[in-house]
Amino acid sequence: MVHDPALAIRNVTKRFGDFTAVDGLTLDVQVGTCLGLLGPNGAGKTTLMRMITGQTGLNGGSISVMNFDVTSQSRQARSILGVCPQQDNMDDQQTARENLALWAALCRVPRSRRKQVVADALETAQLADRSHERVTNLSGGMRRRLLLGRAFINSPKLVLLDEPTVGLDPQVRSDLWLMIDRVRRSGVTVVMSTHYIEEAERLADDIAIVNHGRIIARGTPQELRERHAGLEAVEYFGPTDVLDEIAAKAANAGLKSRRAGLSISVLGVEKVSSELLASLGRHSRRPTNLEDVFVLLTGEALDG
Amino acid sequence: MARFDFRSLPAIWTRELIIFKRYWPGVTFTAILEPLVFLFAIGLGVGAFVDEIDGMKYVVFVGTGAVATAVLFSSVFPGMYNTFIARVFQKVYDGILSTPTTTAELMVGEATWISARTAVYGSVPMLATIPFGLSPRWSMLLVPFTCFISALGLTFLGQYISGVVKVIDSFSYFQSALLTPLLFVSGTYFPISGLPDWFGTVSNVNPVYHCIELVRDSCFGTLSWSSMWNVLALGMFAVITGTLSIRTMTKRLIT
Ligand SMILES: Nc1ncnc2c1ncn2[C@@H]1O[C@H](COP(=O)(O)OP(=O)(O)OP(=O)(O)O)[C@@H](O)[C@H]1O
Ligand SMILES: [Mg+2]
Repeated sequence: MVHDPALAIRNVTKRFGDFTAVDGLTLDVQVGTCLGLLGPNGAGKTTLMRMITGQTGLNGGSISVMNFDVTSQSRQARSILGVCPQQDNMDDQQTARENLALWAALCRVPRSRRKQVVADALETAQLADRSHERVTNLSGGMRRRLLLGRAFINSPKLVLLDEPTVGLDPQVRSDLWLMIDRVRRSGVTVVMSTHYIEEAERLADDIAIVNHGRIIARGTPQELRERHAGLEAVEYFGPTDVLDEIAAKAANAGLKSRRAGLSISVLGVEKVSSELLASLGRHSRRPTNLEDVFVLLTGEALDG
Repeated sequence: MARFDFRSLPAIWTRELIIFKRYWPGVTFTAILEPLVFLFAIGLGVGAFVDEIDGMKYVVFVGTGAVATAVLFSSVFPGMYNTFIARVFQKVYDGILSTPTTTAELMVGEATWISARTAVYGSVPMLATIPFGLSPRWSMLLVPFTCFISALGLTFLGQYISGVVKVIDSFSYFQSALLTPLLFVSGTYFPISGLPDWFGTVSNVNPVYHCIELVRDSCFGTLSWSSMWNVLALGMFAVITGTLSIRTMTKRLIT
């Protein structure tokens, strides 16, 4: 049986003056899946998310959330959305509990259930013992957990997470991954933008790579790797001129390569002999990864 | 444009209530103190030289006028500053608009809250004038309502100004070029009849004037059918500034 997608984005365009931030973008996200949006700074990820919440207008195309059109039925769409914005917008001077209670009210959680959902969210965010602390006194990681807990408070059908773990230490990040994984497993559809390859690989069933406001590749991490980077890569280290030479030779042999500082990765090497690779110098072999795909397609390195 | 849904308002009030619970002493102190200073300094100070105006003790004249001062200060300023801070510095409005709330509901929610508060603050100078010779009467109970509808339009005006300026420092232009004249050409401290005739005409577009007229008529028992014109004017003012506020804030908040 074929379901309507949870999120259907059709040929959507957004211009800011002369600048086109989102450029005829089309994207479907199936119910119950987690989509990772990978893209360099300025690719249009946040703009796309704001279009879904009706906070940025469309210059063309259409978007629907569970069949609610975001232009004509924005309120209905927002009532089933959960949002974790890139830029923290909590009320600093209010406590964690007050922020959540306010959110429950704004999201029209029935009055009789508010106390419970607030308690649950505090539990999820592991902030039950800090619930009376003003947000301004919470650490960056705690704030982020609260922001994420807030996004789930209305039992949304689709959650939008805009770089949910940006700028956090690995411990906090893996706490947040647990939170995200839990909602994902409960069948909620997730759209998550990120700069962290590991985050995408751990959480996303499906990846869309965005650049200049367009989707330039789409598939499971496995598919993307095989399609664009092959199965295996070898890495060479050395001074720039040596690396230049290796790049040229690899290209001659029909192989793609990518540079990162003082190393070069030659991709899809399962297709060539190990003698050829050895002739280029000492190297180490590894499976290809999403980062290879990302850099090949966008020409930009990722942080993290 | 989504239809206005009144069910969005309680959540907006909830937020304001939480903030108010924390800051009410400061907010209340300034809201009440300023008009009282005017009342005593001008009412008693000038009152020592001016005995009566329009047949009433000067201090009573100013005391009832100070109601409008309180209304202006406790509506326009929160409309300007709170709205600017929540939108620009805290980004709180950005968050609220990702929930099923519209810009119109957000602005109306904020304005009704501030106006309700102003209904209380505005009545204080009136009460403070009673010991100086203002005799209590039942129609004074209408004063909080007058304060509320006056504050509604003025708060919307404040919100509109906050959407027009780029930086918070620009508020001082509006303060001196718009708010001060509104206050002085309204009949707070001296009757407009003392000014050239055309001031009388101009004052009809001044909400503070209509507010004072209604307050004095309620306090002195002189309400009449013509008071309806004052009510209507305040209502029209609120509709116009409310529309301006919602339009401007939508432009600022929805990119
Ligand atoms: N309100 C706006 N006015 C003008 N330009 C804008 C506006 N919002 C976004 N842009 C531009 O649109 C482009 C896409 O921005 P967006 O924030 O969507 O990128 P992003 O993919 O989220 O980037 P990042 O990874 O840095 O968060 C950028 O070039 C940005 O400068
Ligand atoms: Mg972004």
